[in-house]
Parts: sequence; C-alpha cells; structure tokens
Amino acid sequence: MPPEKAALMQMLERMWRIRIFEEAVIEIHSSGELQGPAHPYIGEEAVAVGACAALRDTDYIAGNHRSHGHPIAKGGDLNGAMAELLGKSGGYCKGKGGSMHLADFSIGILGESGIVASSVPIATGAALAAKQQRKDFVSMVFFGDGASNQGACHESMNMASLWNLPVIFLCENNQYAITTSYKNSVSVDHVSDRAPAYNMPGVLVDGQDAIAVYEVTLQAVERARAGEGPTLIEALTYRFEDHSLGLEKVRDSPYRSDEEVDEWRKRDPIQLHEKALTSTAVATSEECDAVQARARADVAAALVFARNSPYPEPQELFEDMWA
Amino acid sequence: MPIMTYMAAIAEATREEMERDEAVYLMGEDIRASIYGASAGLHAIFGDDRVIDTPLSENGFFGAAIGSSLVGQRPIVETVTSFFWVGMDQMISQAAKMRYMFGGQATLPVTWRARMFYARGAAAHHSDRNYNIFMSTPGLKVICPTNPYDAKGLMKTAVRDNNPCLIFEDGIAISSRGEVPANEDLPGGELLVPFGEARIVRAGTDCTVVGIAGGVAHAEDAAKVLEQEGISIEIIDPRTLVPLDKQTILTSVEKTGRLVVVDPAHEVCSAASEISSIVAQEAFWSLQAPIMKVAAEQVNVPYSPALEPLVYPTPERVINAVKHTMG
Repeated sequence: MPPEKAALMQMLERMWRIRIFEEAVIEIHSSGELQGPAHPYIGEEAVAVGACAALRDTDYIAGNHRSHGHPIAKGGDLNGAMAELLGKSGGYCKGKGGSMHLADFSIGILGESGIVASSVPIATGAALAAKQQRKDFVSMVFFGDGASNQGACHESMNMASLWNLPVIFLCENNQYAITTSYKNSVSVDHVSDRAPAYNMPGVLVDGQDAIAVYEVTLQAVERARAGEGPTLIEALTYRFEDHSLGLEKVRDSPYRSDEEVDEWRKRDPIQLHEKALTSTAVATSEECDAVQARARADVAAALVFARNSPYPEPQELFEDMWA
Repeated sequence: MPIMTYMAAIAEATREEMERDEAVYLMGEDIRASIYGASAGLHAIFGDDRVIDTPLSENGFFGAAIGSSLVGQRPIVETVTSFFWVGMDQMISQAAKMRYMFGGQATLPVTWRARMFYARGAAAHHSDRNYNIFMSTPGLKVICPTNPYDAKGLMKTAVRDNNPCLIFEDGIAISSRGEVPANEDLPGGELLVPFGEARIVRAGTDCTVVGIAGGVAHAEDAAKVLEQEGISIEIIDPRTLVPLDKQTILTSVEKTGRLVVVDPAHEVCSAASEISSIVAQEAFWSLQAPIMKVAAEQVNVPYSPALEPLVYPTPERVINAVKHTMG
C-alpha cells in the first residue's frame, strides 16, 4: 500500500531539512565558524528519510561519520543538532560529540560513529536486546560501501542471521570510500549480493527514490518485527559533495569525473520526490514550496539557537564520564 | 566458612546475579561447555537467550554486548585477555567513549571477564597481561581480583555497575582457594566488594609492597622470607586499578618510607609505573629510598620453559628489590 499524503509530505520535509541544514553547514564551515571535519549528506537524503519513514519512534538507529542526515530523518530536532556542531552546551551531546557523534537516545538514535562500521555491531546488539526482552522494536544501522568491507560488518551479519535478530543492515552505497570506488574494493557487483552468504535477503534499491527506499525498508521492518530475522538493503546513491568539508586535496583529486557528478545531480532525490508528488496530484508545487520554506525557516532558527547557546563551562570537562 | 576455588566463586557470582536480574546474560565462546569453569550448568537454568555461545567474532560480539547494554541489558562477556586485541575497536572506540561522547546519554553496564594466562607455556599470543592499556583509557573500570573472596565480591559489584568493567582473572590467582562466606552469614545477605578500596593483605613497617594481580602472591611469598631476616613489609592489593585507591598506598608509604610495586605486566607504562609516579609526586618527602618496580621484562613472552620464567616477577626479585630499598 503506498504511503499516505501526510507520510509523503513528511518525507519531503525531512529531505529539505537535511539539504538546507547541510547547505548551512557548508556555509559556516567555509566562514570558519564550524571547525573540524563534517561530512555532507547532500544527494543521499532519500536513503535515510525513506528508511526512517518505515520505523516507529521506539525503533533504534545507529549511524556513521556522514552523520547529520540520519538523526534529522529519524525526527531529531535541528536546534540540538546545529548547537552540537558548534560545540555548544545546547547540543544533543552538550558539545562533547560534535558532528560525527550526534545522538538522541530519547528518540532511538543510538549515535553516529566516526569509526567506519563500528555501529554495525552496536545495532546488532540492540536487536539482540529486543529478542531477549521479547519486545517488538527493531534496529537499523546505516553504513557505507567502505564499511561493508570491515570485519565488524561481516561478523554482525553472521550473528544477526544466526540468532534471527530484528535488525536492518542499510548500506548507503554512495560509491566512494573517500576516493576509492566500491568497484575497486567490493569483490561482488553489489554489496547486497553478499546477503545469501549470510542466509538473509539482500535487496538492491534506487537510493535516490525515497518512496522505493521506504517500501523495501518497510518489508524488512515487518519481517524483522515478525521474528523472521535481518535483511541487507543496499541503496545505490551518490554524494554530491566531496567526502568531508575542508579536504581540498580530495577535491583536486580526479577520483570521479565532473560528468559523472553532473549525471547524478540530475537524479536529485528531492526533485525526484517532488515530481512524484506533483505528477500523481498528491501535492501541488505550491505545497512543496511551502514545505521547503518551512524547512528553511527551521534551519535558520536552529542556527540562531546554536549561536545563542552558551559554550560548556570548563568544569563540564569532567562531567558525563561515569554513570 | 566455606572454602572455594576462584572459578567457583566467579561461577557463583554469575549465577546469583543472573537470578537476581533477568537483564543479566552471559555471552562468549564455549561458555555452554564451560571450558574455563565459570559457566557450568547455566545454560540449563537460564536458556538460549541468556547463555549465548558466540561465533569467533570478538569485534562483533563485544559490540553486540555494548549495543544491547544501551537498551537495558547487562551482558557479562567471557573471553581471554589476548582476545581483547581482536575486539579492541569496540572496547576503546565505543564502550569507553560512548557515554562521554554522547553527553551522558549512554549507559553501558557491560562486564568483561578475561582469563589472563601467563607463565604456563602459552607463548606470546596467549600470555597478555594488558590491564595497563585499559587503565590509561578513560571510561573503563579495571578490576584485578586476586583471591576467591574478591573474585566473587568484585564480580557482583561489576555486574551492578552502570559502566563498562573489565575483570582480569590472573593465571596465578585463579588456582587459589580461599574462604568465601555463605550469603546467609553476611549482614546484607550477599557479598559485594566495593571498587576503589585497596586491601591491606599484610601489615608491616619497613617497606610498602603493592602487588598487582599475581604480584600479590609473590609479595606474600617474599614477606615470609624477609620476616625471617627481620624485615617487615606491608602488602597492599589495590583490587581495582580504576578506580585506584591512592590513599591507602600513600598512607602506607608515609609510614614505611619505601615502595616496591610488583606487576606481572610489561614494565613500560605499566600500573607499576603509574603507582610509582603517584607516590613520587604525592609522597616524595616520605620516601627514604628510590621506588623499585618489579615488573615483566620488556620482551615478548617466549615459549621455552628455559626462558619464560625469566620474564616475570618472582618472590626472589621482590626480596631483592625490598632489600635494595633498605640499603
């Protein structure tokens, strides 16, 4: 059954929130207001948004270093996200995590992670807890094509299948681990081709199409909730920006052609979603524009909130070490 | 009072904690078969979901233990110190850092129990005494029980602690037997040994000897010989390295004026180094002699029975070090 209008409009809104948030991040990074690495999710919005649309608030997600899209897709608040990026005490993690470690446990975001693939066992463990506690929540982990080659990933998929755990392994194949093409690092044509080796379903989906991602994820979620075990989904997508802000050397490297980038930019996930909504008369372009304007206002407000939020006090250095 | 082996004490602590709280579960390799003697019969009592034999995937199942703890479970992970290296990414980058990195949102009640083999011909890949590595990583509690009483009491405290705890089961200590009171004979009905409280194993006046893990037994053996020569040593077992009971050590050194630290781990950047440094900084004016470290030589552990014993502290090395401090 196709999603209802409210769900489709929420997907559009969350994609716009991610896009505009990331544009603001690029701006404040280039002005020097934001320090350190930050990894824009622009171009991949349909993956996190489509996938999270299939989850309940009580379900868990864990993410990776390309870390701003997942929390926003799960319904995370923009103010706390932006404040965290600026290292302010109003951030999700009181300024202690920064860009790569956004987490909001209150809505099931078990944290983004700077070590590639290290969230995969974490999400597997959350799913183990669901089974042990006989609850019907599921967990989902977002990881990239690069992470798919880490042992942590293989070990987790083996355990999840062996123990029949309610976990969705969602590979965001954006095709490059910094500069290394997945074609030069993955031994099969697609990451999802590995699923049969773990005795679980493997699904390849168009990662630019939020509705398609939603539909395959929903199947995987229903399967997991029914106690039928994990699924590996590979969403084929593309990052429109380079790996990380501030990595000029990467920008100058010829690891991918301008033509290739241009071709993928023609498949902008937000444009594709708006077209899907307007062409089927689910929404008018005015309604879509209003969603975009609201997201823009929310991001602007988040920036104001973050700038006004105080830095942590020196004594907070020693807080939050121990439970 | 009942006499119990070290592993029987661990097994009893595990069973009691699993009975007390159904969030507590056990995972590791070959635990249903109880190949290390700490989990016999538990699978029959607690079933598949709470006694889990894992694949040989330390990074994977250490991480799964952590992930489950974030959503309310309290895993006990059984492994071997040398296999910590295999799962190190999850221990250091996740378990130790998550709570702080996420501004206090994460609570990770994971207890790792690791058999610490050494001095038994297991060669370089199975003889790691690596507590010092974790001691210098903020966010982990480091526990070294040296007798059955502490093994049971510290283990139960670890399982109830809401932080990641690492218990190092010393290869010398695990062969010990000792008194462990029955629960009905204890005031609160159970044995809990608090973290951060050192034990004065033997009172003395001339030299303080801090023993880490198996170092305590060497110090006790040395004490008997030294006593016959009229030298009285005070032996301190810190029991937990994180948190470390500095005060008991400092108070003792202020009394004796001398310090020897016996540590079966490699001597560079060891627990012995840290304790020596604390005493040098905070009790310098009480010292009458240089501090002596008796630790493992800075070489890898050789297999040959002709060579391996040359690596570790021995009672003789402790005796020589104490005499050195006595001038």
